[in-house]
Amino acid sequence: MTTPAAAPYPSEHVPTTGIPNGKLGVWLFLASEVMLFATLFTTYIVLRMAAPSWPAGWEVLNVPLATLNTVVLITSSVTMVLAYAKACERDRAGFYRMIGLTIALGFAFLVVKAFEYGAKFHHGHFPSTDIFYAVYFTMTGLHGLHVIGGIGFNVYLALWAREHWEHPLFIGRVEYGGLYWHFVDIVWIFLFPGLYLL
Amino acid sequence: MAVPHSEPRSSEHGSGFIDKYVFSVDHKVIGLQYFFTSCFFLIVGFAMIMLLRWQLAFPGQPLPLIGRLLPMTWAPDGILMPEFYNQLGAMHGTIMVFLGIVPLGVGAFGNYILPLQIGAPDMAFPRLNMMSYWLYLPGGMLMLLSFVLPGGAAQSGWTSYAPLAIVNPGQTVWLLAMVVIITSSLLGAVNFIVTTLNMRAAGLTLGRLPIFVWAQLVTAILLLLAFPPLEAAAVLQLMDRIAGTSFYLPAGLVVAGESLKVAGGGQPLLWQHLFWFLAHPEVYVLILPSMGIVAEIIANGTRKPIFGYTEIVASMIFIGAMSFIVWAHHMFLSGMSPRLSNFFLVTTMIISVPSVAVLTCLVWSLKGGSIRFTTPMLFSLAFLPLFGIGGLTGLPLGLTVTDIYLHDTYYVIGHFHYVVVTGTIIALMGGTYYWFPKWFGKQLNDFWGKIHFWGTAICMNGIFFPMFIQGLAGVQRRLYDPTAQLHNLSTQPLNVVSSVSAWLLFLFQIPFLVNIVYTIFKGKRCEENPWRATTLEWACASPPPHGNFERPPRVYRGPYEYSTPRAREDWTPQHVPS
Repeated sequence: MTTPAAAPYPSEHVPTTGIPNGKLGVWLFLASEVMLFATLFTTYIVLRMAAPSWPAGWEVLNVPLATLNTVVLITSSVTMVLAYAKACERDRAGFYRMIGLTIALGFAFLVVKAFEYGAKFHHGHFPSTDIFYAVYFTMTGLHGLHVIGGIGFNVYLALWAREHWEHPLFIGRVEYGGLYWHFVDIVWIFLFPGLYLL
Repeated sequence: MAVPHSEPRSSEHGSGFIDKYVFSVDHKVIGLQYFFTSCFFLIVGFAMIMLLRWQLAFPGQPLPLIGRLLPMTWAPDGILMPEFYNQLGAMHGTIMVFLGIVPLGVGAFGNYILPLQIGAPDMAFPRLNMMSYWLYLPGGMLMLLSFVLPGGAAQSGWTSYAPLAIVNPGQTVWLLAMVVIITSSLLGAVNFIVTTLNMRAAGLTLGRLPIFVWAQLVTAILLLLAFPPLEAAAVLQLMDRIAGTSFYLPAGLVVAGESLKVAGGGQPLLWQHLFWFLAHPEVYVLILPSMGIVAEIIANGTRKPIFGYTEIVASMIFIGAMSFIVWAHHMFLSGMSPRLSNFFLVTTMIISVPSVAVLTCLVWSLKGGSIRFTTPMLFSLAFLPLFGIGGLTGLPLGLTVTDIYLHDTYYVIGHFHYVVVTGTIIALMGGTYYWFPKWFGKQLNDFWGKIHFWGTAICMNGIFFPMFIQGLAGVQRRLYDPTAQLHNLSTQPLNVVSSVSAWLLFLFQIPFLVNIVYTIFKGKRCEENPWRATTLEWACASPPPHGNFERPPRVYRGPYEYSTPRAREDWTPQHVPS
């Protein structure tokens, strides 16, 4: 502890609720993200109900590629949990392996998605083509941005670990990154059947 | 635990000017940044409506003095163009709500006062707090900048109804700026909730929180859950504008004689639903912090505990929850199913009950009090009847039958502005007088404060009361030239009354602004706790140093222990052991 004049407060504030500030903050942030995607899903339902006809997802979209992407993303959630576990066990090499795999799988998801988009553009299907493609591109596009954000945070964790492996907040941050990454995964779990299979 | 390994807190302060006053992580500096920035936006938004009100009072006549200074595309020969008139109207609403009042009530007052009232050294996430401000400022500047960009500012009303907003120029920048501002609000909301729940001083249970803190907590929850839908809706409208989608556009639209080349299949009503799903909770985001401020000042100014603390807090929480299921009362005439209207009619009548309960408790708090008619107290006392008028005039709008007649008339404008101007802004002005000694250690001049109060209160009524009469006479809102319709002519003189009151209101703000600037630079230091207040923000120095309190305060009692029997003085602070 330092002198009272320099640091009048204990540097470790004890949270009143017992939940660390960061964890509570991430959960609240995820609550607002739920509202964001809930709005998009509601929009989808409203537009689809009102449409005189709606194409079946599996006939116009590439289900095998999307299934592959689902597997990729679920696997990345598993590696994310393992990265957290390795961080808790203080297994540094294991942590780098797992967070690296998570990042790689995130990129793999984006690459597959890019091929999917490319094929659609090649066949002349754009967001402006019809309301189905408007919904498809907007929802998957916004989800893709969230994947990019998640990859960004995981890269930050991997870089931060080099200097701050012993930092008391390190394990917590890995956990918060994991919470967010699982959320991104869960959104896809709804998007996949909602857009491709229904 | 060693200090360098802790979260960056107030101890991590730079000493340079940039670190201290520009990119500060101190909640007090950020609060004042919010205060001055939102005051700037309030003045800008007010200036816009003062221009607009010239056209309403004297349609088609050249604007005197400043008319010649405006560009030809806005006002040739000093006569306002209809497009410019529409831009002024849309931007007035947007700026006042999203860049003026919310940042003042939440960003400024919440940021500065809330951590002090819960005995915290800072917000839970100081850097997030800084980022929130530094998103708000560029977002607001982008919004203002849109006036000089090709196509001009947004001109489809602050509600931006589709499909009009999608085909009108200027909307793209509005949407981009809104996304930035919403993100800023979301970061703030997370920060406020975590701070309130996690950073409280020892002994400060939820039941001992000042009402202002409760109000900020409920407000933050509303912002957190209601803003993302508008963000999504704005993204969809942005897609409609720049990617050629048609989320809000049905097929077969004809604009200016030409059929619109879009795929169609969209729902214009969807925008209204998503917009009002935010914008009704937003009304409570505007009013709840003000109720909190008024409760603080009334307890202090009557020297007695607030009447019905539990009832006020419960009502605020109930208002917050209900505010998510009343939105479609803005849409009774939109073509929505009448059966749906009945549901929203009932919920609207229900939500008026807790609002009346809060107001009743505040009025009843005056009973038996030993009232000090200080400047902040005058503003708070004026809040009670004026907000009451605003609230009660809302009931005929919430009932479907009367709303058919009143919808989109000046009655709506009058109602809304009674709530937000004579309610919220009056309370925020009172809060400024009340907490100014906390911010600067100096007290605003009381004489000029009272001049400011009486001028403001009278002029505000002069602006908005005539609007009820106009609305009942059937004058529609958003008219460029009210005299173009015969039935408006009988109430046209009232437009002159409103406009002159608006310009006078501006004159009465000059003593306020001069008072603030003069006191900051030339004012004498006042006592640490000039109002003899009990809450925790007065348990530290004024203005508080970085880290706020000398040592972590401990709380022994509820927030409003005034005139306790057998106590030595008529106020017993929360942090003093008995």
